[in-house]
Amino acid sequence: MGALRERTRRIGAVRTKNVQAVFFYLFATIMIASAGVVIFARNPVHSVLFLILAFCNGAGLFLLAGAEFLAMILIVVYVGAVAVLFLFVVMMLDVDFAELKQGFAKYLPVGVGVGVVVLAELGFVALGWSSAPSAADAAANPIIPQMSNTAALGQILYTKYVIFFQASALVLLTAMIGAIVLTLHHKPNIKRQKIDEQNARTRENVIEIKKVPFRTGV
Amino acid sequence: MSDGWASAISDFFIAYPLLLALVKSVLLAVALLIYVAYVILADRKIWAAVQLRRGPNVVGPWGLLQSFADFLKFALKEPVIPDVANKGVFLFAPFIMATLSIAAWAVIPVADGWAVGDINVGILYIFALSSLGVYGVIMGGWASNSKYPFLSALRSAAQMVSYEVSIGFVIITVLLCAGSLNLTDIVHAQDTSYGMAGWYWLRLFPMFVIFFVSALAETNRPPFDLVEAESELVAGFMIEYSATPYVLFMLAEYVAIVTMCALLTILFFGGWLPPIKVAPFTYVPGVIWFTLKVSFFFFFFAMVKAFVPRYRYDQLMRLGWKVFLPISLAMVVIVAAVLQFWPAGPAGS
Repeated sequence: MGALRERTRRIGAVRTKNVQAVFFYLFATIMIASAGVVIFARNPVHSVLFLILAFCNGAGLFLLAGAEFLAMILIVVYVGAVAVLFLFVVMMLDVDFAELKQGFAKYLPVGVGVGVVVLAELGFVALGWSSAPSAADAAANPIIPQMSNTAALGQILYTKYVIFFQASALVLLTAMIGAIVLTLHHKPNIKRQKIDEQNARTRENVIEIKKVPFRTGV
Repeated sequence: MSDGWASAISDFFIAYPLLLALVKSVLLAVALLIYVAYVILADRKIWAAVQLRRGPNVVGPWGLLQSFADFLKFALKEPVIPDVANKGVFLFAPFIMATLSIAAWAVIPVADGWAVGDINVGILYIFALSSLGVYGVIMGGWASNSKYPFLSALRSAAQMVSYEVSIGFVIITVLLCAGSLNLTDIVHAQDTSYGMAGWYWLRLFPMFVIFFVSALAETNRPPFDLVEAESELVAGFMIEYSATPYVLFMLAEYVAIVTMCALLTILFFGGWLPPIKVAPFTYVPGVIWFTLKVSFFFFFFAMVKAFVPRYRYDQLMRLGWKVFLPISLAMVVIVAAVLQFWPAGPAGS
């Protein structure tokens, strides 16, 4: 009985593995297809929506690779925050499609040139790729038992790479302050609600009680 | 004989683990949808009671079948799609909203071990899905190709994104105390000998209040229902929707509310744990405690709707960014410091 049950459990595990392969090809296909639609869609809003679909499938691939924390962060940060801003901007822009297509022939050579340069650079990087010396060991045992994905990431991020982590946080902070300073305009002659002043008002300094003499007025 | 059957069934599901997940999901979804049907009725009844009305009382005894009658009415109506709407996105938006809000329940443990997917990053999963919920709103508002839905979709999206920030920080304080992102572990971390006083609502009381108010804003409930501020924006981003697409939006809204109540229960109210760890309370199954607590929080959602006036938009933004964000950010630092320097103290377990 016990051996039989163990056998069925193994068969179940194999079936799950097969399903994982199916999901890998599903996510990968949808991701590449939607990345293509991002470029070819006529409506820019559709482009952004397909970009979001590509992000979601990327998160699915992360999940299959066992990087659950990265998958969720990809969705929270890119899909939940960055892509929302894209969508806001694209929706509010009044895009004139005819005008967009006008300069197509004129800009084509420049665009192709930039594309070729980027492609060549990516090619050089990919060919000259060298892994870190400890990467092979880590790839052999990617998942440390008794430690969740999140804890493992935190351990390495806050010990070995803490300087880089803090530096990138500082860069982001600077960018954020820069964006706020650039868009902050204090226009004069605009009435704003000042909550502190409102709360600071007391009965004594806003109301004045006057004794009105009868039939003479104030 | 019955034992043989049970063992055969369990063998079958061990051999087909995905089928087991499917069966669990269907069971959970059906239970959730029936619960939501009664939550909608309860919402209307509570609101009516505060205003000294009877509320829905015609369909079925005490109006108990009202939600099902409403559902049938919506499902049998003709869906009207505006001529100038972007049809694909228009129909996809309610679908995506409903799917996402129900999908969040995949990781919620309704009792010890009763979660469809007991994943390590459960709380992040729910946070990710709730941040995706914005898209249903924006897509619906944009695809309607009409001014009022578009304006209110922008408003609603800005509101949801703003309050997500403080919800995120509140969740971080709870994670610091529990030391895990797994929802089951978060509940286990609150399982102390103090019973109800050991749950996080007492230790993290300011965060509990901020989470409750942010949950109201995140789900566009009154007093933050500026999306459907009927005095200025007619009826929100779903003005152009009718029949089944509309009912999907409404379903998504209420499922999201119940999800927020469940999160409050898990993060601050000890999930399925009994309030006092003595005999009659510990006999009650965990799933009943969980449902009772979720209903308790929903009651507060309904009461707030009944007697708090609607906020103005700039006040809403001020509350989110200038009040809740600094307080929750400061609390993250304070809780982390207390845990670091005083591990056996009030915040530690």
